[in-house]
Amino acid sequence: MNAVLEVANLRVAFANGTQAVRGVSLKVERGETHCLVGESGCGKSVSSLAVMNLLARGATRSADVLRFHDTDLMKLSERHMAALRGDKLAMIFQEPMTSLNPAYTIGSQMAEALTRHRRVSRAKALDRAAELLGRVGITAPGMRLAQYPHQLSGGLRQRVMIAMALMCDPELLIADEPTTALDVTVQAQILRLLQSLQRELGLALLLITHDLGIVARMAQRVSVMYAGEVVESASAEALFAQPTHPYTRGLLACIPIPGASRRDEPLGSIPGVVPRIGPDFQGCGFRDRCAHAAPICAQVAPLQHAAPGHDYLCRLPPDWSAAEAA
Amino acid sequence: MSAAIEVRGLRRVFRGRNGLFGAERVVRAVDGIGFSLAAGDVLGIVGESGCGKSTLGRVIMGLLPPSEGEVLVDGKRLDTLDRRARARLIQPVFQDPFSSLNPRQTIEQIVGLPLAAQGDVSGRQRRERVMEMLSRVGLSPEMAQRLPAQLSGGQRQRVAIARALVLRPRIVVCDEPTSALDVSVQAQILNLLAELRHELGLTYLFISHNLAVVEHIATEVAVMYLGRFVEQAPVDDLFRTPRHPYTRALLASVLTPEPGRGIPDVGLGEAYPDPANIPPGCRFHPRCPIAEARCRTESPEGRRPNGRLVECLLVGDDVAADSLRVPA
Repeated sequence: MNAVLEVANLRVAFANGTQAVRGVSLKVERGETHCLVGESGCGKSVSSLAVMNLLARGATRSADVLRFHDTDLMKLSERHMAALRGDKLAMIFQEPMTSLNPAYTIGSQMAEALTRHRRVSRAKALDRAAELLGRVGITAPGMRLAQYPHQLSGGLRQRVMIAMALMCDPELLIADEPTTALDVTVQAQILRLLQSLQRELGLALLLITHDLGIVARMAQRVSVMYAGEVVESASAEALFAQPTHPYTRGLLACIPIPGASRRDEPLGSIPGVVPRIGPDFQGCGFRDRCAHAAPICAQVAPLQHAAPGHDYLCRLPPDWSAAEAA
Repeated sequence: MSAAIEVRGLRRVFRGRNGLFGAERVVRAVDGIGFSLAAGDVLGIVGESGCGKSTLGRVIMGLLPPSEGEVLVDGKRLDTLDRRARARLIQPVFQDPFSSLNPRQTIEQIVGLPLAAQGDVSGRQRRERVMEMLSRVGLSPEMAQRLPAQLSGGQRQRVAIARALVLRPRIVVCDEPTSALDVSVQAQILNLLAELRHELGLTYLFISHNLAVVEHIATEVAVMYLGRFVEQAPVDDLFRTPRHPYTRALLASVLTPEPGRGIPDVGLGEAYPDPANIPPGCRFHPRCPIAEARCRTESPEGRRPNGRLVECLLVGDDVAADSLRVPA
């Protein structure tokens, strides 16, 4: 079966020469949650915007493959892309306050999402909006439709965003940090909701997050990004059981885990800061912070297999950490 | 041992209106909080947005006057001291290292300002103490002449910590000090704060929404809900045997990086808390999965079953009975 979204060697450069995305490849299958994880500035949001063709002016993208089902998104005109966006290809952003229009009611914004793409009456569209609000766990949906965004709490707004993204029965949902602005208890509710909707509707979900806890609980597949590259890609179980890239290993050591990490010992940490990737930058982006860096790391790192379906971008052999521990 | 900081009956009320002719809104952001903390301890204060934890921090530091109650550091009432004396006792580290540093001053000027404001230190001494503090927080000497914009987020937070510590205060109030930072940098800052506490014998109030971070750094934890501490206990007790239903829900919603465990059902429903409209009886009852009829009228304030502050009517002295009542 074909992937819903297939990306190979996606590159994005900004007008100032920064290489924001340096050859990202990934696939999202039907019914699958694929998490794109990394720290701020690693290129995860830019990658998703490049897929949607929503990059800021002056940014350029290229890719060997950028396909939604059988549609080549690289060759699609802006008019056709706009028709696809919000229809079969939907997106949810981090800040539910700024992505809803404060001057229109929830109902009119949700209805427009449908009437823009389908020949349906406004009344029908409002019915569908009410149905979806109920579906995402909002009580009294009829009342909510008449309200404005400022009348809703952050958790409710994010539910509205999810319901709006579902108006046209999308096949792929890209969610960029959908719960980062929310409290932990609300986050758990929203993530449960996304998970159950995804199972019910067979959605392909590309979930962008910096939170490894969310990755562990939500993802089937994970791509770890650093400095514009996917440095490791694996199933969620494999990634947490056998993290192989030095960055992935470092990142996992940084997280305090209640009950598991020793309080009297310092947390693991990664020294230094994320480098700026200028136009002439080459090689491994992590080498300045990596304890295992060697001169060869200034050249393009090889893509190696730790196991079937588990790839990483590093010169080190798959068993390096075990060999080091021995 | 006497307390390094003691807070008694602290309240802070904000009054406002919904528009010019709207009804008056009275927000009880801090609604009767008292605790005392021994020197060298770290009190982690956790709660969700709007629970009043940042207001509590600001009232304790004297940045906002309390409506009622008092704060004592080393037995001295802070409101009887002038700003200079207060600054020698208690200092803040804020969340956002991008807006809490003056963009037009060099790092040396920023870190030296508290010393300059005290006015009793010569220029040379000030410079020495600033440089010593910078090296303590892991910044190289050449950083001293840079501007905040030339530093990364983690480096800026180190500057904010150096500025807080340069007067050698007794208490440091850290309000979400790592929330704006990436995880790899967050770990560096947490390690630094832990190290400095041991070296300098500091006492921290550590305000955060991140339970994993609080569990790592705190010795004592208070869970705040709508302006009150609803549970407070030593860190291990609180995380091993959480007793208040809200504490249990909060702990359940922490997503540890363990694949296959799925997303927990925290069972709190849709009734979001509003500090302008605090429910009668137990303030948590509209969201509580085990609330009974009496929770709507009877107040659990000040309850200490088994000696631990747990503001819940349904938690008794028998710890084992709790676990039967509340599905974990």
